[in-house]
Amino acid sequence: MRISVTVDGTTYTDDVEPRTLLVHYLRETLGKVGTVIGCDTSNCGACTVHLDGHSVKSCSVLAVQADGCEVTTIEGLARDGELHPVQRAFHDNHALQCGFCTPGMIMQSIDLLADDPDPDEQAVREGLEGNLCRCTGYQNIVRAVRDAAHQMRPGAGPEAERLTEDTASKVGGGGE
Amino acid sequence: MTSTVEPEVGKARLRKEDARLITGRTRWTDNLALPGMLHLAVLRSPFAHAKIVSIDVSEAKKAPGVVAVYTAKDLDPDGSIAMPCAWPITPDMKSPRRPVLAADQVNFAGEGVAVVAARSAAEAHDALEAIDVDYEDLPVVLGMENALADGAPLVHEELGTNQNAVWVFDSGEAGSGGDVGEAIAKAEVTLTRRFRQQRLVPAFMEPRSCVVDPTSAQLTMWSATQVPHILKTMSALTLGIPEHKLRVIAPDVGGGFGGKIAVLPEETMCLLVAQKLGKPVKWTESRSETMLTAHHGRDQIQDITISANRDGTVTGLKVDLLADMGAYLGLVGPGVPILGAFMFNAIYKIPAYRFACTNVFTNTTLTDAYRGAGRPEATFAIERIMDELAAELGMDPLELREKNWIKHDEFPYTTVSTLTYDSGNYEAATAKAKELFDYDGLRREQQERRDAGDPVQLGIGISTFTEMCGLAPSRVLGSLDYAAGGWEHASIRVLPTGKVEVITGASAHGQGHETAWSQIVADQLGVAFEDVEVLHGDTQSSHKGMDTYGSRSLAVGGIAVVKAAEKVVAKARKVAAHMMECAEDDLEFASGKFTVKGTESSTALGDIAFTVFAAHDLPEGMEPSLDSDATFDPENFSFPHGTHLCAMEVDTETGRVSIRKYVCVDDVGAVVNPLIVEGQVHGGLAQGIAQALFEEAVHDETGTLTTGTFADYLLPSAADLPSFVTDRTETPSTTNPLGVKGVGEAGTIASTPAVVNAVIDAVRHRGVNEIEMPLSPMRVWSAIHRGDTGAGGVGGESGGGLGSIDATGGAQ
Ligand code: FES
Ligand code: FES
Repeated sequence: MRISVTVDGTTYTDDVEPRTLLVHYLRETLGKVGTVIGCDTSNCGACTVHLDGHSVKSCSVLAVQADGCEVTTIEGLARDGELHPVQRAFHDNHALQCGFCTPGMIMQSIDLLADDPDPDEQAVREGLEGNLCRCTGYQNIVRAVRDAAHQMRPGAGPEAERLTEDTASKVGGGGE
Repeated sequence: MTSTVEPEVGKARLRKEDARLITGRTRWTDNLALPGMLHLAVLRSPFAHAKIVSIDVSEAKKAPGVVAVYTAKDLDPDGSIAMPCAWPITPDMKSPRRPVLAADQVNFAGEGVAVVAARSAAEAHDALEAIDVDYEDLPVVLGMENALADGAPLVHEELGTNQNAVWVFDSGEAGSGGDVGEAIAKAEVTLTRRFRQQRLVPAFMEPRSCVVDPTSAQLTMWSATQVPHILKTMSALTLGIPEHKLRVIAPDVGGGFGGKIAVLPEETMCLLVAQKLGKPVKWTESRSETMLTAHHGRDQIQDITISANRDGTVTGLKVDLLADMGAYLGLVGPGVPILGAFMFNAIYKIPAYRFACTNVFTNTTLTDAYRGAGRPEATFAIERIMDELAAELGMDPLELREKNWIKHDEFPYTTVSTLTYDSGNYEAATAKAKELFDYDGLRREQQERRDAGDPVQLGIGISTFTEMCGLAPSRVLGSLDYAAGGWEHASIRVLPTGKVEVITGASAHGQGHETAWSQIVADQLGVAFEDVEVLHGDTQSSHKGMDTYGSRSLAVGGIAVVKAAEKVVAKARKVAAHMMECAEDDLEFASGKFTVKGTESSTALGDIAFTVFAAHDLPEGMEPSLDSDATFDPENFSFPHGTHLCAMEVDTETGRVSIRKYVCVDDVGAVVNPLIVEGQVHGGLAQGIAQALFEEAVHDETGTLTTGTFADYLLPSAADLPSFVTDRTETPSTTNPLGVKGVGEAGTIASTPAVVNAVIDAVRHRGVNEIEMPLSPMRVWSAIHRGDTGAGGVGGESGGGLGSIDATGGAQ
């Protein structure tokens, strides 16, 4: 089947087998290997990307379902060499060790903050429930998400504003 | 002259590694796509024990995209290839051959039977379905006691037994203490308990993967491994590949926790298939394959007896262990219980000690190192029984510990198991933990809730622990029959422009070596943190090493870096003296500069580097390089310690438990990067708490793993864990120049008994003194309502389905 998908701002048109999962399309066809695979039961969240602004586990979406959609992966987050505030917060708070869960965690965290710009600790923990990390014990991830929320609040500066723009366009997003 | 530069060591430096990891530019093995690369998929046995009557691959060969299909007979016609086990713990240890693919018989569910090479991974997996294997059932043996029973089916008929090895330490015989039998016979109090260490899955997040390229001059293998150096040497030995024709690269590796210490049959398979086909090949496992075939951890039955006087003085300790090896021996699997042998006596002065373990074969996935390897198991048993002893004697469990532990002024202290603890201060760590925890306040609240008959009871769990870190002293490893040494290697290259490359043999897989090593070198050479690049995980640049496990990176590998830096400074000093026409002794080195004592005259290391590079005027006979090479083999292990306190709320009506507060004060000696240390502690705590509350690998009676995916194996999520209160005391190690000890395993080791002790403390007044891990609501509820006082715990040794039902209840 022929599909046309915009991934991180570039539109690709490809023939894919109907059974191809979005994550395989991203990794194998487009070489977008920033999105990784950690399981085969949609439990780990390592493969999380945004599909039309909402987080999805790209191992549970078929590539054909993304036809005509916009996909954002971890590789498309930084703009003009500037990290997304959530990426920066992960770095600033030592929220990663091996980094394998990190792309998915960051994508899920952005969606979580779009839903709730000022989550308390419990809300962050519940919002990340579908993403597993074996290294960090989650504490610094939770800290990073709350730090990012703080950095991104209105009036926090130009990056925050661009983020507000991004998130404003996804009001009503439910994520996972 | 005093240093003008703020030291890097001790600074909470943000990590260098993060830049690529947060932007998706990480080099995972599975990301590699080489020209003409084929994809491999392995057909795995659904049976735990069966004869292979026949394998028909003819249909699979015709499947779309398939290039080749191989069975054992194709890859290893004379059956001469065996996966290595590097730790023959006794001269008569039984070591069955572990083939790359099973030829005549499968011995655990998941064992590889055939491999398909195809143009795409999807085609390779599709073709597996077309392979027809005819199996003939063999009786399955599960459970260590069953396996040792008379007439039990044998995993390996040819060995004539399921007993792999028996290893004994006796302080009476070793001369390090008295006779434990006598101590127990004379004791005022003795307690015997049976504890079960359930089987766990290391569950690193990046599944294992291997790529082999046979098209270059050297056969190049990329693998998501913890042990590239060991893998290279072992592959050369196993397959007869000339070692200099093999290059192993561990690029970014997504966690290991001991689970990636292995020389995999699949890596060997990739080497064989790539050579046969003359094309690059890739194998990447699915999570279900990981769960089945990456080795498991723990799985011990511990019978432990402690004897004491009524005043609480411990007089003897006896441990009998059964350890499940699974169907084959892993690279260091047989040695895992041995590592624990030295830790059952923990931080206590115990006058008589005997340890005996029996390693057993069963029809299950093999077990091997998992975070802490041997020490968590030992710490669990001693810390659990210390709590039981305190209850028996009516003492506060902290008071009992204090009565028996080695006092601050008694170090160095040689323990009954013959280790010499170089330094420690259990008083300081405990005092700090008690205060952060509000120990007295929580004890009061516990009493109030008890008095009020509150359905939600409060328990306080304690774990005061030490561990042996810096797995090295080659002499000691040799005395334990480990096949290799434990030294570590480092090189430093000062480049002509004054920038520095550091090469370490300690192969990182997420710990942050690039950052920590940069900090160390920045201080040693007086260069900027940013001017140091750390290279690792590629045997071409990092030409020798012993890799990373057992918290040895810093305490061994980090010290090799220091030694290498000292050599650079010594050589640079000669050049500086020559340049400045003075005696070497007249020079002081600080902040990257050699200064003539008492003058302003100085030369920076960068200038020296260029002078050496230009080589126009070097001291007589000096080679033009500022490179160095060093190995470090410590005299002794290091012994981090700490006090962990856990307050647990237990709902006696539902069996639900939740962590109210978790405080730990760890003493890991001097700290290079407090941020990294804290992160390691958090991750360790999560893993240890998960053993206590959530995780268990369960086989049903046919040997099928019923917890074979993340849907049934309960890895904790963010919502399942609390925030921890962590703090430190710093008692430097006296056996290395940085005073560091190691931190990777501390959290895991200490937290499991702290959590279990807390739950039991909450319901002890209801007659509960043991609940098997993981402490699912069902197990907790049944223990309370049965008023269970059985020392054997609930359920005894079971490989059965009850565990999985319980475990499911545990996480949700
Ligand atoms: S790979 Fe998609 S959820 Fe695990
Ligand atoms: S950082 Fe390793 S899995 Fe999350």
